[in-house]
Amino acid sequence: MSLSRRNFIKGVIAGGAVATSAGYLFRGGGSLLGQSSAPGAVERLITLSVNGQSRRVDVMKQETLAMTLRYKLGLTGTKLGCDRAECGACTVLIDDVPHYACSVLTHSVRGRRIATIEGMSEPGGALHPIQQGVLDEQGFQCAFCLPGFVMAATGFLKTNPNPTREELAHGVSGNLCRCQDYDKILTALMRGAEYLRQA
Amino acid sequence: MAEKLVGQNYLPVDHIAKVTGRAKYAEDFRADGMLFTKLLLSPMPHARVRSINMDAALAMPGVRAILTADDLPDLGGAERALSNEPIYAGEPILAVAAVDELTAAEAVERIDVDLEPLPFVTDSLDSLRPDGPNPRLEGNAWGAPVPGEGSAIETIKWTTDDFSEEAFGRLPMGRALEEWSYGELDAGFADAALVLDETFVVQSTCHHTMETRSAMAYWQNGKLFIHATTQSVARTRGNIARWVGIDPTQVVLISEYTGGGFGSRGAGAVSSSIPALLSKKTNAPVMMRITREEESYIGRQRTNMTGRAKIGFANDGRITALDLFIVQDTGAYGPLGDHRSAGRAASILYQPPAMRWRAVNVATNTPPRQQQRSPGEMQVNAIIEPVITKAAKQLGIDQVAIHRLNAPEGKAMFGPPGQDGQLQYLTSSFVKEALDRGAEVFNWDARRARAGQRRGSKVRGVGVTVGTHGAGSTDYDSIMTIRPDGRLYVQSGVGNLGTHSCMDLARVAADTLDMPWEKVEVIWGNTGKHLPWSCMSVGSQTTHAMTRANLAGGMDARRKLQEIAARDLGGSAADYEIGGERVFRRGNATQGLTFAQAAQRAIELGGEYDGHELPGDINEMTRASATALAGVGLMGVARDNYPRDGATFSFTAGFAEVEVDVETGAVTLVDYLGVADVGTVINPRSLIAQINGGCCLGIAHALFQKAVVDPRYGVSLGDRFHYSKPLSILDVPARLQAEALGLPDPETPVGARGVGEPPVGAGYGAVMNAIADAVGVDVFRRAPVTADIVLMSLEHGRRMHDPLRAHV
Repeated sequence: MSLSRRNFIKGVIAGGAVATSAGYLFRGGGSLLGQSSAPGAVERLITLSVNGQSRRVDVMKQETLAMTLRYKLGLTGTKLGCDRAECGACTVLIDDVPHYACSVLTHSVRGRRIATIEGMSEPGGALHPIQQGVLDEQGFQCAFCLPGFVMAATGFLKTNPNPTREELAHGVSGNLCRCQDYDKILTALMRGAEYLRQA
Repeated sequence: MAEKLVGQNYLPVDHIAKVTGRAKYAEDFRADGMLFTKLLLSPMPHARVRSINMDAALAMPGVRAILTADDLPDLGGAERALSNEPIYAGEPILAVAAVDELTAAEAVERIDVDLEPLPFVTDSLDSLRPDGPNPRLEGNAWGAPVPGEGSAIETIKWTTDDFSEEAFGRLPMGRALEEWSYGELDAGFADAALVLDETFVVQSTCHHTMETRSAMAYWQNGKLFIHATTQSVARTRGNIARWVGIDPTQVVLISEYTGGGFGSRGAGAVSSSIPALLSKKTNAPVMMRITREEESYIGRQRTNMTGRAKIGFANDGRITALDLFIVQDTGAYGPLGDHRSAGRAASILYQPPAMRWRAVNVATNTPPRQQQRSPGEMQVNAIIEPVITKAAKQLGIDQVAIHRLNAPEGKAMFGPPGQDGQLQYLTSSFVKEALDRGAEVFNWDARRARAGQRRGSKVRGVGVTVGTHGAGSTDYDSIMTIRPDGRLYVQSGVGNLGTHSCMDLARVAADTLDMPWEKVEVIWGNTGKHLPWSCMSVGSQTTHAMTRANLAGGMDARRKLQEIAARDLGGSAADYEIGGERVFRRGNATQGLTFAQAAQRAIELGGEYDGHELPGDINEMTRASATALAGVGLMGVARDNYPRDGATFSFTAGFAEVEVDVETGAVTLVDYLGVADVGTVINPRSLIAQINGGCCLGIAHALFQKAVVDPRYGVSLGDRFHYSKPLSILDVPARLQAEALGLPDPETPVGARGVGEPPVGAGYGAVMNAIADAVGVDVFRRAPVTADIVLMSLEHGRRMHDPLRAHV
């Protein structure tokens, strides 16, 4: 069963909560507060495929993937910059396609392959070619936006492995940086693309 | 002697954590039993809390505590995290802690706050009208600062006569609360061949760091542990202590990574006291996640200004006199001094032989302001550049030439005059060199030749502007230890914003001791790790201040190495040299000690060698940290006492080419170059990032970014990225150009000045000058220059918006 954002907001309204703030609210583990399941509620204990691993996780019906990753699975590399699909800091790959994790309901990605920044490098520590490119060019400053940019670039390069600077800029244009040396970000991601082709 | 580290690129150790997602920012920390908090924000721009009914909220299962302003320490009238008299819409009134966020938010909805509406005003000029409302019960404007006491708020109203100029779109100039002048102003104007008098409206913008000011706090054994965002770790501990009402020694602040600052949290954020105090109240860890909307209210904004500049020019373009009047909107709290920085920057950048600066610093019921990257200097670029560009056109002078003619040179003089009536002077300036270099690299003449030619609906233009900012404080401390493992440990008290000044300072220490970088550990981001008293990581300060301090500490360690060698091996300290991780006798390299041996000997000798005796002039925080580290090795610890003759300022010349579509009003940036005069280059790659990033912030201010406030209801409208559009990667060319002159400042031993701010004003002014060059020098008198503004002017011959209205 998949849930649209609209239906989930309707459900939240019916539950008496505030629709406008529901998306960025987070309810902690069920053990802390006994939550009763409303009739017709979706199954809460689900299995996700994250970074190649099966993870069992207890998920509320209105929970976004970003919150599940950050607060249930300990994957805090996925950042929340706006929680409203404006900044791209929470970009992850779902079946190799970049998505804003703040705007994906966790229930809707059962059975899909989810990849986050933590899954990019090898278990032994070897960096993914794009990470290596970013490292070698020292691509970012504060780097809060870095994971989102790297995931967006990774997804884009699967469709266009040999882009021009302009094409790659379009590929990551859904991501904002506020330190704003976009020149170096692009240089770093281009270097990563080069390493990826050589790999 | 190994190759110097200063001037070379390197891989800062924190970047590995960043690319793997392991770098932990404040909201990435968890603690067992952690509660969440949600804030109740004022819906009104100015109101008084009559009463709060929390019964229904407190009765909810899962709600643990509610914090109100009554729970906060008195800060002597300064802004607190919660208020019983909110003075802007969005100001937090209370905070609920609950087992999860949804419960906390539901509880907020069940709280009844009875608010008594009070008069409010969102536009600084409206507050100055004869019958204008005051934004605060105490008044509407901040008076001139009194030494040792700061500014007090007072009431000032201008007359109807004063406002008669408004009908002509010119800033009324009633009584000013602050003023300075030098030179013969009237004579300067009388001698001028051309006198121009223009008014410009500079916007406010939210800093909007990528990381909001989330924070998580818990208490252990009477100590507060807090994960919070700050630009300056050492300088934030005391503030948090004050906001929470405890002693600084009871605070452990952890902030290894900060997701941007731009001035919005120079020394922390007052809101961080909310989770700290809620944690105390509930005896549980508390996480406060700040949303993007909340950040737009409490996350700080740039001061907006309406400025009027009357400037006289000789026939050759030389400025003869400058008369500047600024009405600054300093927001709900404050007061900020950006208007003073603006006046000073005008004197530095344009070198008028006679100048007067007048200003009124007005409070409004709009979100709190704080210095934003190039605070005041960027604003004054916008106020003055339209006049310069217009004069250049009328006098038939090239933009670069008129800037060069009026640029500061060497130890140039500037106002305001000191108490002795004398002007100050710069340590050094190479602005003419930066303009010459930029004009050459940018192919200025070729681009200029094609400017103004219409191709289809498109027309191009070129612009140049020089930005500046104070670029270096002095008198801070450093601590470093060479330990028996043979490594150098450098304590860094500044914040880690990713500019790498946090680590660059250790490059200087390592060079002083001829230490290879692989043997250097930088310790930063945690006040529990014994950090020295450091400069604020704001206002282009760090590179200058902390390279000096770490040179002093390195020299102290050198001396101790030499003394230990002389003591053990004979001769005098001066007989010994440092190199190859050893201290050895000149002319006989085999006679010496390794650093590891010397560190062990320092511990055995004790006293000043291992930090058990400390210099008398270091700060108390440094003393406590050094005392905690005493005995771990040979300690270098010192205060920066190097002399300096003059005031340190940095500069950046920005060159822009734009293309304007005269049928749609859309502006496209075609090319951009920034050339920085920032002294010796410490870290080339990071420096270029700072120039590009700063210029991009200025470009965004020229083209998109603004804060919008509804004057009727007093509510901020631009509360998301969508409404205050930051620059995206598609808004700049696929290549940006930047370089630095690399000319050392002679008044600092390492030669380096700061870089953070000057590129911003350069980008802002250069892009707006290029637009004016393309479509006409009178097309706009406000920023950002959005398509509607360009189109209205070109199509209808009049400007968009009421000429003086702010926050539109």
